[in-house]
Formats: sequence, structure tokens, C-alpha cells
Amino acid sequence: MLKTLRRIHRIGLVTEAAPCEDQAMRVREVLGRRILQIMGRALCVRMVDAGSCNGCELEINALSNPIYNIEGLGVRFVASPRHADLLLVTGPVSIHMRDALLRVFEATPDPKLVVAVGDCGCNGGIFGVGGASLGPVSNVIPVDAAVAGCPPTPTRLLAGILTALSPSEGR
Amino acid sequence: MNLKTWIGAAAPLAADPGIRRIVVGGEDWRRIAEDLAAAGGRLLALWGQDAGAGYPAVFAAYATAAGLLLAELPFEAPPGDASIYPGLQDLFPFASRMQRAVYDLYGLRSTDADTRPWLRHAPDGGYEFVRVEGDGVHEIPVGPVHAGIIEPGHFRFSVVGEKVLRLEERLGFTHKGIERRFLDFDVEQGCRLAARVCGDSAVAYSWAYCRALEDRVGVEIPRRANWLRALALELERIANHLGDLGALGNDAGFAFGLTQFSRLKEGLLRATEAAFGRRYLLDTIAPGGVCGDLPAAAGAALERELAYVAAETVALRDIYDEHAGLRDRFVGAGAVAPELAARLGLTGLAGRASGQAYDLRTDLRDAPYDELRAAKCGAETGDVAARVTLRFDEVAESCRLGRRILGDLPAGGVRTNVPPPAADSLGIGIIEGWRGPVLVALAAAAGGRIRRCHPHDPSWQNWPALEHAVIDNIVPDFPLINKSFNLAYSGHDL
Ligand code: SF4
Repeated sequence: MLKTLRRIHRIGLVTEAAPCEDQAMRVREVLGRRILQIMGRALCVRMVDAGSCNGCELEINALSNPIYNIEGLGVRFVASPRHADLLLVTGPVSIHMRDALLRVFEATPDPKLVVAVGDCGCNGGIFGVGGASLGPVSNVIPVDAAVAGCPPTPTRLLAGILTALSPSEGR
Repeated sequence: MNLKTWIGAAAPLAADPGIRRIVVGGEDWRRIAEDLAAAGGRLLALWGQDAGAGYPAVFAAYATAAGLLLAELPFEAPPGDASIYPGLQDLFPFASRMQRAVYDLYGLRSTDADTRPWLRHAPDGGYEFVRVEGDGVHEIPVGPVHAGIIEPGHFRFSVVGEKVLRLEERLGFTHKGIERRFLDFDVEQGCRLAARVCGDSAVAYSWAYCRALEDRVGVEIPRRANWLRALALELERIANHLGDLGALGNDAGFAFGLTQFSRLKEGLLRATEAAFGRRYLLDTIAPGGVCGDLPAAAGAALERELAYVAAETVALRDIYDEHAGLRDRFVGAGAVAPELAARLGLTGLAGRASGQAYDLRTDLRDAPYDELRAAKCGAETGDVAARVTLRFDEVAESCRLGRRILGDLPAGGVRTNVPPPAADSLGIGIIEGWRGPVLVALAAAAGGRIRRCHPHDPSWQNWPALEHAVIDNIVPDFPLINKSFNLAYSGHDL
């Protein structure tokens, strides 16, 4: 126990500042400023792997490490879509995951946001569209922000989530 | 016939005499499997092809004491009644799912009884799970979407109270037609897709792919490039093990472990990015070598980082070992005894934790491991604790290997030109990834196109063993046991 406590003390706080949002990642905007302000303070995220190669998941997991410390920003990963405000979806959407993704989307209460993750989630990536791959997340459910990259870095992922949450300039 | 006779009857594959190929009929297909199983041989992979690849056939790759043997059973007729081949499930239980996948994708049916679809789901999504009847037995369905940040799959538990009587897995949810997709690429571009079959094992897949290509065209990979490939492979192993060690602590209620290990992992990824230009090495290995050289300063920094990771891991291991709560959850949970592991063909990291002492880096000693001399890690108890121990040991060993590579990195170029392979030539590459042996079989078509590419993940062997590991454990221990195996979905679903 002493070793554990000593270690916590020695390493101290390692969290870095969060990135700014990036309007280039915005796909559409449907929620009003007021709703976004309420959500922004305590956002619940449900992650859905709709067919990815598992590369994107590695970086999404990194968001919870003490350096990016996504919980420190008020953003929490939840186990059920019924508790979620935002869906973080990796792709390409496989044919076999289509129904599950639709069900998760329907189970998520309104108002809700969707962020597509990775080149595959944004446009099908290297797997393309065709055969058993349905391609981008937006082919199956509406997407509010898209974070490209293969896989996108945690910083880009954070920026994408914050973009979906922020009203665009002038609204 | 004994092992030697079969090996003698087979012909060396192109430029790689380490792999021998034998073309057989149905009877010999079965006899080879029997004789090799009796001689302690292991089935590495089983896959098929249809007329699109020239002719329909099934292939089986075996690892034996006398080397690697590839058995090929071609069919003349188009898929139909004539193309039924003898099943191998009684000899190698995990072959069943591979055979079902061969039927789903290529229409060739084995004689084994289980013919339920595996990678290609029924249009209505239905599936016949095996029912467990009895007093007080009920079923718990889980997935395909799981609670955490992990890949999708379905688990069906039959339980009494909290105790698991039976687990049945159903996979294939991330099936995205990777084998077909390979046909859209030439052999050079195919490497990028290979790296994305299973993103956490990108180095192992891209290296295995390159081996399958390079060996047969007889190119000599620059020594420096080979060492950098090994460095990338060991970095991939360390990063995954660190992530798992943290997650395993967390699943046993010790969030401190997750915080500490995920911090270490982040540091390693940043040093990796400084050295290779990216955090995850999805585009580092390419045909002919590696995609870029290491900046000298970043190499030195990476060496220091590896020393740091090694030292910190030793300190954290001490904390894990002394933590009564962790010991309580780890010891005895999800055990696969060595005899069962041998029968089930448990492979890779999980196999080594259950007394299956195989590691291609030390068994085959392909360059550069002939010079690097990796030490084989192992344990016997086969429980979660053993798989945790294995990860601690392998992090230490891989940090040592990484530092050795960085300290003695040979001078010279990092990439050489790879001529297109002859049409119809077949190559096989096998690499010991962090999870286990990754195999890629690559057949070329004219003009440097891909005729057929089959990537094989060790999870094919280990998923069925997980079903055994959880029997008689309690349902709340499943996430921990599952994590201790950490098997691939995408790599398996193709
Ligand atoms: S974007 Fe890249 S890392 Fe993410 S799922 Fe696609 S191939 Fe994998």
C-alpha cells in the first residue's frame, strides 16, 4: 500500500491541456446552443465498434489515460446507449453490424450527437464500400462530426468530440 | 507414413526451403493430419479458395519438428457435392470454425458435423446455439455491442446461479470481406491492407505479408531494415502488453494499475512516434524493408524510454504481486491446464502461459532473431495469473531486445527494390506477433496483382479455448478472463 501511495505522490499530475475544437471536422449541426451548453458540462459517450480493425479503439482507449484525462473534461464513457449523449462510432460498418448500430442509435435518447472515427468511419478507408463493407458510418446513421486518421490521434479525437459539442461560430 | 516421409515427399516452396508443399487427394489430406498430429505437429492455419483463384482448393499449414509443411487439396469440379473434403476436427478441434469459414467464403464443405454458418451470418441474423437443459439453468446473451471500448462479438452463457456451465461464442460481426478486398490491390499496396486486418498487430501482419512476398522473389532485405522490423515488432508487443496489464488490474478493481500502465504506454507511443513518425506502426513495414530510417536522436531517446518502461514495470510488478485483492482475482481464474491446452492447440502468449512452449522467434530463429536471441517466456498454471506473469516477463524481454537492437543497429540502407513475383507463385510468411503466430499466404497473379491472400490470426486457435477456460468460473469473472486472453475479432472475422 505504501509503495502504491508513494508512487501516486511521486508521479503527480500528468494531464495535458485539451485541444481546441476544429470546425473542419463538423459534418452538420442540428442542436441549439443551449442544449450543447448543457451537454458540454457532463457528456456521456457510448463507443460503438461497427467493424473497425481495432486500431481506432486503441487510440480511443488512450483518451482515458491520465495524460488526455477525458474524464477531467466532464466526458465519461458509459456502458449503455440509453445513458449516452454522444455515440463515437468506428467503421467501416460491416454488413453484420448494421442492425446493431441502428439499434444502438435508436436506443440513444434525443438530443444526441454522432462522431464518426477514423478514415474507415469517415469514408470507408482502405476497406472501401462494397462486398461485406457498407463503408462510412454516415451510410447508416447521421453523423455530426468526423475525425479522419488511421487511426486518429487522441488529440484529434478529443478535438472531434469538442467540435461536435460546440456551436459553430455565429450561431 | 511418418513425419519424415511426408516432409520428404513434399517439395520446397520457391526460395524458402524452410516451407515444404505437398499436393494431395482427400485420403492423404486426412492421413497427413493424423500422422502429424501423432508426431506432435500443430495445425497453424486452414484456408480455402475458389475457382476465382485458379482452381478450388483447401490448404493446411502445419508446424512440425522437421519444419513447416503445407498440404494442398485441389478440386477439379466447381464447388458442389464433389468438393467435400475430410474434416480435421477430431484431430485439431479448432479446425472446425476454419472449415465453416471456408464453406462460408468459398463453398467447400468438410465432412465434420457442425455446418452452421460462421463468418457469413444468416440473412435474418439467426443462429442455433447449443442449449443446456436442466434445473435452474438460464441463458445470458451478451453483445455484439459490448459495454467497454472493445470489438463486437456475441457471447451466450448458460449459467446456474453465478456459475458458468457453458459459454458459446458467436463471431463474424466485423467480417468486412478482407480476402476479397485484397484482390483490388497489387502486391505492393496489399501490405497496407495486411496491416489493417488487425490493427493491434499491424507490424506482425505487415511483416508476415512481406515475408510471403519477399522470400520467393529472392530479395535480400538489408540487415538494418530487418533489425528495424524486429524493433517495430517488439514495440508492438510491449505497447499491447502494457495496455493489457493496466486493463487487467482495472478489471480486478485496481484502477491504479490502469492509470500507471496507460501512462507508461502513452510515453512509449510518443517515443515511437518520434522514432518512426507514428504512434502505431501501421505503415512502417513495406515490401523490401521499412518505410523510413530512424533519426539517430530519436533512437537514443527510444532506448532511454525502453529502459524507463522496463524499470517502471518491475516496480509495478512488485505492487501487483503484493496486492492481495489482485492475487485473489488472478490466481486460479480461467485456468487451462497444459494437457487441455495441448489438446485444444492453444497457441501464442496464452499457450505459453499453459505450458505450450512455442515461440517462432526462438523456434525458427529467422533473421534477425538468429542474432538477437530472444529468450522464451513460459508458465504452467494457465490461469489469469499465468497470463499476467507472461506479459510481465515478455515486457522485460522485449525491452531488452529493443535496447539491444537500438544499441547495435547495423549501418546501411533500409529498403530494397522488390521485383513483382511470378504469376501463380505462392508464398507463406509467419511472424510471432504479440498474441501468437500470424500467418499470411499470398498467391500472385500476372502483372504484380494479388490472386489470393489469406491472413490467419492465432485467435482462431484460442477463441475455442476461452470457452473451456470460463467453465465453472463465475459470470463476473468473465471480463477479466476474456481480457487475459485479449483475442482478436477483426483479425479473426476477416
Ligand atoms: S481508420 Fe485505420 S485504424 Fe481505424 S479502423 Fe480503419 S484501418 Fe483501422
